[in-house]
Amino acid sequence: MKPENKKGWRLLSAPFIFSILLLAAPITMMFLLSFWTQDYLVLDRTFTLNNYIEAATQPVYQLLFTRSLLISLTATFFTVLLAFPMAYFISFHGGNRKALWLFLITIPFWTSYLIRMFLWKVILGYNGVLNSLLLWLEMITEPVTFLLYNANAVVIALTHGWAPFAILPIFVSLEKIDRSLLEASKDLGDNSVQQFFRVILPLSAPGVIGAALIIFIPTVGDYITPKLVGGTDGLMIANMIQVQFSKANNAPLAAALSMSSLMIVSFIAIVFVLFNRKYLRRY
Amino acid sequence: MLLPIFSFNKSQIIAFPLTGFSLQWFETLLYQDTLHEALKNSLIVAISSCTLATILGTLASRSATRYDFKGKQISLTFILAPLILPEIIVGVSLLIVLIQLGLSLNIWSVILGHTLLIMPFSIIIMNSAFNNLDVSLEEASMDLGENRFGTFYRVILPLVFPGIIASLLIGFTLSLDEFIIAFFLTGTDTTLPVYIWSQFRFPKKLPTTMALGTILIFVSLILLSISEYYRRRTYSKDFVLSTEKEPTKPIKINKD
Repeated sequence: MKPENKKGWRLLSAPFIFSILLLAAPITMMFLLSFWTQDYLVLDRTFTLNNYIEAATQPVYQLLFTRSLLISLTATFFTVLLAFPMAYFISFHGGNRKALWLFLITIPFWTSYLIRMFLWKVILGYNGVLNSLLLWLEMITEPVTFLLYNANAVVIALTHGWAPFAILPIFVSLEKIDRSLLEASKDLGDNSVQQFFRVILPLSAPGVIGAALIIFIPTVGDYITPKLVGGTDGLMIANMIQVQFSKANNAPLAAALSMSSLMIVSFIAIVFVLFNRKYLRRY
Repeated sequence: MLLPIFSFNKSQIIAFPLTGFSLQWFETLLYQDTLHEALKNSLIVAISSCTLATILGTLASRSATRYDFKGKQISLTFILAPLILPEIIVGVSLLIVLIQLGLSLNIWSVILGHTLLIMPFSIIIMNSAFNNLDVSLEEASMDLGENRFGTFYRVILPLVFPGIIASLLIGFTLSLDEFIIAFFLTGTDTTLPVYIWSQFRFPKKLPTTMALGTILIFVSLILLSISEYYRRRTYSKDFVLSTEKEPTKPIKINKD
């Protein structure tokens, strides 16, 4: 082994072993568990695919998987759509205060996610802020109920909650754009709109893709938001995993559901990246 | 924005119009023993996990920025994975292992889970601190007769110190606010977010919970501002120490 290899690994070994023990080992364990069955408290360690068959064929799980993916995809789409103009503004009009703007915008991300999501419940609820405000202004005569406890509420809350996560990668990719390219495109006769679609957008694509992945992957498994604002129509797969684990006492099925969602998400993420790589080669 | 408004509102119902200014909800916080217990647990968890994560993160980032070696990229990607993995999967898998091993759930399981989660953030912060470090300073110190440890304590450590502070503070804030892992792994030692979660079920306690939330958010803001200040210090050092290594900035052009 080269001395540099040795030194590098010596330093890296502690965090690496920690990650193996607390991340790789548990996920492997979960993978194994998903092939076993549990009868009340007794664990049957014979290999079976029943958990996966149940996860794939039971309508309730199918529904939850599709709903989680749909909600997460919609939220990702809107988040990126909202985040792009903000990142654009900071990058091109931020002046000397870019760092300050970024800090201000990312502040909500660092504060309690739990409380921020709960506030959406307070805002959208039957006796909530929005309803009482509208009543007070006499715009409606009785509280509207379509705001809370459905999939839309989850999408709104997720979009708000994850926006800062999308702004950062998009901002970085916008910053990397060589400003002389913009000058060139102007000199060659592009107007602002053409310039945006033909120069800025393609060049910032890596950031947009990164942002989409960073939001899509964790939101599929989000537990707090659907539980707080989703009602019964907005529950997602993470809620089912938790129920199977604790109340239904069926850990192997919960493991199988977790593994399935992990695999589905990875699959979609890989397809997305490959698709974009193919598309981006044109530029 | 709404949170502070309602936590100072007199009425028990969270709605407009506001009914008056009141500190009563903050006062009730003082008399809740379960809350104090949760706060104590949260502080223990946050302090231990941010320290542990910063130590591990510093090691990893030092290795990543200073040395080039086989398998670096893969192992680093793996260590950074918790950054985007759905938390529920991390939580469930850790819980499975703990149960299989027959270990009891307590504050330690939460500390380990949080360390895993915070370590990637710590690595990112420390990377930028170490990247600004000029290797020639290290060499100079060795030439002047310091041994490896002397160099580390007297040259490297002071230079990356702002990064360490920033990493500790961000880790502390993240751990203080983290819910999912704590929810799965806490057992009977509830942390603050888990306590807040349990309070959501009681509409009567809502304003008190909002008051608690307000305090929590303000504490986070203060810690983050301090951390941001230290993080900036690692950047400004860069300009003083190694002007030739200054990253090329995009050329500024006029708007039209």
